[in-house]
Amino acid sequence: MAFIPHTADDIDRMLERIGAQSIDDLFDEIPAALRAGALKLPPAMGEMELGRLLTERAQGDGRPVNFIGAGAYEHHIPAPVWAITTRGEFYSAYTPYQAEASQGTLQLIYEYQSMMCALTGMEVSNASLYDGASALAEACLMAVRANRGSNSRRILLPRSLNPTYRQVAHAIAGNQGLVFESVDFDRAAGRTALQALLPYSGQDVTALVIQQPNFFGCLEEVDELTDWAHQNKILVIAVVNPISLAVLKAPGQWGARTEAGHGADIVCGEGQPLGVPLASGGPYFGFMTTRMQYVRQMPGRIVGRTVDTEGRPGFSLTLQAREQHIRRSKATSNICTNQGLLVTAATIYMSLLGAAGLQRVAAASLQRTADLVARLSAVAGVKAAFTAARFHEAVLLLDRPVPPVLNALAQRGILGGLDLTDRYPELGHALLVCATETKLDVDIDSYAAALADVMQVARAAA
Amino acid sequence: MTELQAREPLIFELGKPGRQAVTQFPPHAPGTAEIPAHLRRAVPPALPEVSELQAVRHFTRLSQMNFSIDTHFYPLGSCTMKYNPKACNSFAMLPEFLALHPLGPEPQGFMACMYELQEMLQEITGMQGVSLTPMAGAQGEFAGVAMIRAYHQARNDMGRTEIIVPQAAHGTNPATAAMCGCSVKEIPCDANGDVDIAALRAAVGPATAGIMLTNPSTLGVFEHKIAEVARIVHEAGGLLYYDGANLNAILGKVRPGDMGFDVIHMNLHKTFSTPHGGGGPGSGAVGVGARLLPYLPIPIVGRDGARYRWLTERDLPQSIGRLSGFMGNAGVNLRAYIYMRLLGREGMVRVAEFAALNANYLMKRLQAAGFEAAYPKRRASHEFIVTLKSENRLYGVTAMDVAKRLLDYGFHAPTTYFPLLVPECLLIEPTETEAKEDLDRFCEAMIAIRREMQHEPEKLAAAPHTMPVRRLNDVRAAKQLDLAWKPAA
Amino acid sequence: MSDIPNDLRYTKSHEWVRKVHGEAPDGAVEIGISQHAQSALGDLVFVEVPEAGRTLSAGEASAVVESVKAASDVYSPVSGKVIAANGELAARPELVNQDPYGAGWLFRVQTNGPFDEATLMSPVAYAQYLADEAK
Repeated sequence: MAFIPHTADDIDRMLERIGAQSIDDLFDEIPAALRAGALKLPPAMGEMELGRLLTERAQGDGRPVNFIGAGAYEHHIPAPVWAITTRGEFYSAYTPYQAEASQGTLQLIYEYQSMMCALTGMEVSNASLYDGASALAEACLMAVRANRGSNSRRILLPRSLNPTYRQVAHAIAGNQGLVFESVDFDRAAGRTALQALLPYSGQDVTALVIQQPNFFGCLEEVDELTDWAHQNKILVIAVVNPISLAVLKAPGQWGARTEAGHGADIVCGEGQPLGVPLASGGPYFGFMTTRMQYVRQMPGRIVGRTVDTEGRPGFSLTLQAREQHIRRSKATSNICTNQGLLVTAATIYMSLLGAAGLQRVAAASLQRTADLVARLSAVAGVKAAFTAARFHEAVLLLDRPVPPVLNALAQRGILGGLDLTDRYPELGHALLVCATETKLDVDIDSYAAALADVMQVARAAA
Repeated sequence: MTELQAREPLIFELGKPGRQAVTQFPPHAPGTAEIPAHLRRAVPPALPEVSELQAVRHFTRLSQMNFSIDTHFYPLGSCTMKYNPKACNSFAMLPEFLALHPLGPEPQGFMACMYELQEMLQEITGMQGVSLTPMAGAQGEFAGVAMIRAYHQARNDMGRTEIIVPQAAHGTNPATAAMCGCSVKEIPCDANGDVDIAALRAAVGPATAGIMLTNPSTLGVFEHKIAEVARIVHEAGGLLYYDGANLNAILGKVRPGDMGFDVIHMNLHKTFSTPHGGGGPGSGAVGVGARLLPYLPIPIVGRDGARYRWLTERDLPQSIGRLSGFMGNAGVNLRAYIYMRLLGREGMVRVAEFAALNANYLMKRLQAAGFEAAYPKRRASHEFIVTLKSENRLYGVTAMDVAKRLLDYGFHAPTTYFPLLVPECLLIEPTETEAKEDLDRFCEAMIAIRREMQHEPEKLAAAPHTMPVRRLNDVRAAKQLDLAWKPAA
Repeated sequence: MSDIPNDLRYTKSHEWVRKVHGEAPDGAVEIGISQHAQSALGDLVFVEVPEAGRTLSAGEASAVVESVKAASDVYSPVSGKVIAANGELAARPELVNQDPYGAGWLFRVQTNGPFDEATLMSPVAYAQYLADEAK
């Protein structure tokens, strides 16, 4: 019996101790009318035959060369990351509620929180949320609690924000009466224009979301946007790519130094680039950092360093009175299980790379994308869409519909990017591409050659 | 008795300026001149500077400061800490699976697994449709309550904003109701641990959106009157939500759909043995009856002939929407799929059978040793509650003391102080994967601790004695917040 | 037995109310939590008091007291406007544990019109209420 260690003799002796005739007797409190019949499930498989089935299915999906980013990024993952993360002592442990028997997990989370604070330039970090999109939803709800001067529950979302993040924020936070309003971007530059915010000056707005780099890969003018928000008593929620923070100004430094402090008020984002494989979109992890003054409004678990009864340093979950198991309907969020194992991977990743390594990864990704854009926009019928400075993604405009081009590239083993036609019809035939440090010259060469070929064939056919 | 790593410095204290694990760096080191100066980072982040071996050793040693299922019996009630088969992880981490970009062409092999998982979960729960996107139990709950709200709103029944929960409910239930913009009405349980029917009748009405129930309840007993509960709530116009926290107890024995539930979330990280990972990731798949089908969160895997495809807002325009950036915790779902295929139909029924056998056996043995079961007249489900009310009165020991002392004996503590209704309680869930010898060893430890209560209660009060740290000062942790290491100024 | 000063009035949710004499006009009251409440919560680690100027209705959640294991709302027993809050508690929440009726006061409210003590429990009634609750 799969994973059940009982021998026939065990069962007899246990039933005898219980005073039951059969195992079925143990279910005699379930009304007979409700009892289930035989389940229509496939029969059990051994590990060997199941392994064969899964290998076939996995290999059937192939391994194309990937130039899609759009919120999930392919980076090199050092071998130690998952070798250690999947150690049973991390993999099969529970949430560290019994602190004395969970110091490993607790210390690791404390180290993680320290690294995220360093990266984002903020004072406190939680122990993770589910993913980047849901972290933004939580950040919007948190902003409503934190911005005591605002009663409007109005959140400004730039259209240059990842459109899925907008959908998720709406699905999760919309039930609590949050109102999301769109802020347009500058069509030439590809970033949010201060001009678009001015109509909101002096109005009651709870928070402004700024994604850096934005969904198009363009860099927002974070300083002037942050200053405008703070002048209007609006909190700033930064959505950032953690890898980019090795080279981009930390959100904690955005804008001018003011009385209220400096920089963004809440920082969140998708942690996947830090050592987590693409894996069909999950599990990833969301991160969130903030200023100390808002720590009690933050959702999710937090680890603190303290001492034990003998004065030795140790770690435990703290500020739990914010959380659902104590505060119930008044908790900051219903989140309970988070993405602990992914935080383990990210912490090991950041330790191995360090500031110097992360900086190299970021700079190399930026360079590779610049190379890619230069090569692809040299192809007839292809040009770069925006003028703003970029990180590691870019929007290209084609002179013909994108889907057939992507299909033709896919047949050559290349995932050529994300079609933006549905998301941004006003851009025309727009394609979002990404190249990280994992792309070599040969990959970029073959993409450029394939695209030139595909475009030419399409033009000839038209 | 247990050999845990004693102490490990912070990784920040291990490094030295200039030390690098260069093998992991990309070969080129281009500049960042393209970034305008005012958007560039001026000071590098204070991250560790360690060698690869230092990092490997540090995190390995940290792992050795943990209890885990792989190393210890972990009878943590309501958490279902059963063996996480290694094959589930190995196969889910096949390189082709890991390389799939979520926005790439629809991967037929992977989607076949997800489609079959949806079908199997539907069959096991007796529901009409399943969505795998919620990323944890609490998000599954959120999806469930949001669907209930959407259902009432679509019928123009706008006044239904109250969610009823029993007092014994897990804290996520009321927190979820609040997140969905609903108010919460708590109703009591009777002396047998069942929902108080009179209180339920009094609570329902035109404002009732639904009720959230766990069955077996958090008190470790099967809700006898579930059919009556369902009738009362449905007649009042509300819907029934099944919190799948305790699904392990009834797999293949009774299906939530047959009990009258309209919507259910499952904790794949409990019932279907995906790892808990030191706090996640989980996966909180939801199943619904016919009435809620149009509202399922997207995306879902659909099938057109032989081809699998993602069902999106185009297919389900009334969906409550997207809860994650892509399709939820795909890799966790894959592990659950592998687990279910390894067990198959014959193994699935045995889960509940042996979980119940282990729980009832352990309860009887502990009762024989003098411990008081909170509901002695009831069968244990897959878990049961021991109350140390008398021991607290007689010897001054608390449930916390016993929990901490168990660590010294090499057992992870059961859940303590939950449910809140039972004083000084231990909620014990052995799961089906533990052998009789291990249950017996646990009993021996409890018997030894009982002896200590009588003769050296101070030993319990000061426990644990063999862990890397003694009990921690939680008050100090909360008052003098130290939440991040900072480099010396 | 819990310490229940004679000159205060009490609520079922364990707040106390004291008339403020002299410095404020009629109807100004001081509000805190009882000895019983602080003892049930244990060591407080955080206290949140309402901002001066905020308008409160009787029964409204107005302050939060938080220990390691619990967080509890403090409901204003009266309607009116907050005229002062105990700023000391931000740095020293333990004052509520040490001196719940004195230095651990939470906030002061200017009630709408003169304050009617009869709407709240007398010390004797509160003592009886605690005794009943303990049964």
